[in-house]
Amino acid sequence: MNTGMSIIVRTITRLVYGLALVFGFYVIMHGHLTPGGGFQGGAVVASAFALLLVAFGAAGIKGRLNAHLLQTLEEIGALAFLALGFVGIGTAFFYNLLANSGSLFGGPVLPLGSNAGVFDAGGTLPLMNWAVGLKVMTGIAAVVIVMLIGARKEETE
Amino acid sequence: MNIGNLPFVVAALLVAFGIYTFLYKRNLIKLVIGVSLVETGVNLFLVALGYRTAGIAPIYTFAPAAKQMVLPTPQALTLTSIVIGLATTALLLSFAVFIHRHYGTLDVRKVKELRG
Amino acid sequence: MTALTQHAPVLLIAIPLLGAFGVPLIGKLGRGARNTFVGLIALLTAAFAGLLAASVFGAAGAPSLYVLGGNGFGVPLPSGMSIPIRIILETDGMSAFMALITALITLTGAFFSFSYWKDRSGGTLYYSLLMLLTAGIFGMELTGDMFNFFVFLEVTSIAACGLIGFRVWLKTSQEAGFKVMALYTLSGLFVLLAVGLLYGQYGGLNIAYLASALTGSTIDVVALGLLLAGLALKAGAVPLHMWAPDAYGEAPAPMSAVLVANSQASLYGLFRILFTLFGLTISVAALGWILIVLALLTIFVGVTMALIQNDIKRLIAYGAVSQIGYMLLGVGVGLAVSVAKPDYGFVAMQGGIFHMFNDAACIGLLFLASGVIVRATGTRDLNQMGGLAHSMKWTSVLFLIGAFALAGVPPFNGFASKFLIYEASFKLSPFLAVVAVLSSILLLAVFVKVFQAAFLGARRDGLPAEVPIGMMVPMVALALVVIVFGLFPGFFVDKIVTPAANALWYGRDAYIGLVLGGG
Repeated sequence: MNTGMSIIVRTITRLVYGLALVFGFYVIMHGHLTPGGGFQGGAVVASAFALLLVAFGAAGIKGRLNAHLLQTLEEIGALAFLALGFVGIGTAFFYNLLANSGSLFGGPVLPLGSNAGVFDAGGTLPLMNWAVGLKVMTGIAAVVIVMLIGARKEETE
Repeated sequence: MNIGNLPFVVAALLVAFGIYTFLYKRNLIKLVIGVSLVETGVNLFLVALGYRTAGIAPIYTFAPAAKQMVLPTPQALTLTSIVIGLATTALLLSFAVFIHRHYGTLDVRKVKELRG
Repeated sequence: MTALTQHAPVLLIAIPLLGAFGVPLIGKLGRGARNTFVGLIALLTAAFAGLLAASVFGAAGAPSLYVLGGNGFGVPLPSGMSIPIRIILETDGMSAFMALITALITLTGAFFSFSYWKDRSGGTLYYSLLMLLTAGIFGMELTGDMFNFFVFLEVTSIAACGLIGFRVWLKTSQEAGFKVMALYTLSGLFVLLAVGLLYGQYGGLNIAYLASALTGSTIDVVALGLLLAGLALKAGAVPLHMWAPDAYGEAPAPMSAVLVANSQASLYGLFRILFTLFGLTISVAALGWILIVLALLTIFVGVTMALIQNDIKRLIAYGAVSQIGYMLLGVGVGLAVSVAKPDYGFVAMQGGIFHMFNDAACIGLLFLASGVIVRATGTRDLNQMGGLAHSMKWTSVLFLIGAFALAGVPPFNGFASKFLIYEASFKLSPFLAVVAVLSSILLLAVFVKVFQAAFLGARRDGLPAEVPIGMMVPMVALALVVIVFGLFPGFFVDKIVTPAANALWYGRDAYIGLVLGGG
């Protein structure tokens, strides 16, 4: 994987990479309204990173992503998820303290039935989506990078 | 169109193929593919449990008025199972990489140092 | 304090998870900070386990409920009926008992690991995996929801295989890791199939709700068969035990004990499903005898395979496999007679459940001692060791205590639980007691052989020194547990084991009633 692929693939990757990142972040952020959520969006973003790795080889991500930075971000995502679980510990673990409260993401809980989707409601759920999305995208990207680059480096020794 | 029990039959076939591949193939990567086939069969079985005839997706945002929805709980179960399958497959493939580095082969009949 | 006790079930799962994700960040500050952090997390977990046990056993084993994410667990439908839909953690006597076992084993394993890994680097991910495994085992033992049980089952599978294959420079550990991971995944998928079947049939995932709705139809029997196959594979019952010697033998020594706790947790899952989920809706006599046959096979095959081993860790691993058979025998006898409920059935349950605790302590002690021996002599082959008793006096005494306790010699704790099992299984069928006693004698012979090969013998040059105090303290703690539980078994049986056996034997209605009857 030290060499990339042909020039057609590299050009298309340059065009598609930004779109894939934006789409992935959209899926993460709107998880409480439309299909998707933390894991799905995180997998889309990680596949964008993997596309970069396959098309450009190891040189494509040198200086931009390395496994250590990704592991640190992964732990921050996991700790953020657990911290959000502890927020409502007065009632129970995972209690949705922010719903219906007027503060961040605290819009009124909508009645059941078809609606136009209010981004502002949901309490701690969108925040948990972001934490899980961060963890999944950095985690899968770290796994892909270590498996491709780490393995190849051992073989050439 | 009523699809009847077809998803369950396909899920059972996938599980059977996966177990056959796991038992009778020799390459380590094919064993991993066998496990992955069994996972896919179980996931299909879970999603098919929630299907209601002529149901729509269980999402309230811009939903068409007053139609029956399919059950959302099996979809959550399947999502969890897919995530677990990802972690399992990644771990199995890492072990396969290390086995190839140590033993030089991916043939499961030659990787038998632990006996007895 | 009552607020802490009320939240103890979920804190037992959340605090090890916090440790697992926080260790790599704190590990950047250095080895001392990381060891202190891990030790603190382990002590906190053990303290919460003790608090939970005190509150549950203080209430005579009555189950208590913890709802994740809300006040009540029911959502009232427009028709006025209320279905339990939130994930709950339901703790009764048996769950608290298993939590005590897990806390003891992970505490001693973590503290042993501090000095075991002292001169090697890269231990941060090891502690992360250990904390993840701990969180998974506690989750399996405390949950009241079938799919939640499956999720924690898979978490423990992945963490356990990560630990088995941790030492990537050893080629046999990679082979063991691959085989064990593939088998664990298949067993988890069988469990998921069964959960899916039950959900599709009855529309709920809560154990209490399913228990009240089960009818015993064909699909239920298929689901029971799948659950039995999956969980028996993960527990290590013969004929699905092939992975066990590889797994226990190739993992680092302190982790082998935690893997035994993992197998016992899936055995707990099997008991919970048989007694509380299915109860008397199935033919318990047939099922009990299936368990008894599996148990006899496990006891016999485990001990006979241990006889021919030259590798000390695989030998103790086969010993561990055979002890799982004793637990299955005790509870199987209880299940087989649970319609008429004679007295000896309850005694058998007490014996089987008490043996889970004793086996965990003895096997933990033996694996830690074997880790010490392998580290000191540099080899795992019994033929190349000898004369260690001259220089490693403490280790030889501790190993002897563990070996005698496991083989069921008085006055150690193995004798107390095995005696209950012998007595009760004799009343059901004398053949069972004969096989059990003979296998205990064979196990004693095996360990005498091990002791003679490793410790006795002429003094020779270059004998290794005694182990440092960091590795000695956990072993002495486990040996104290072995001795104290052996000298006062009646006290511990009354306080701890009887509520646990009650929860399985009589407690099905209380378990269901807590969720459905009251709210």
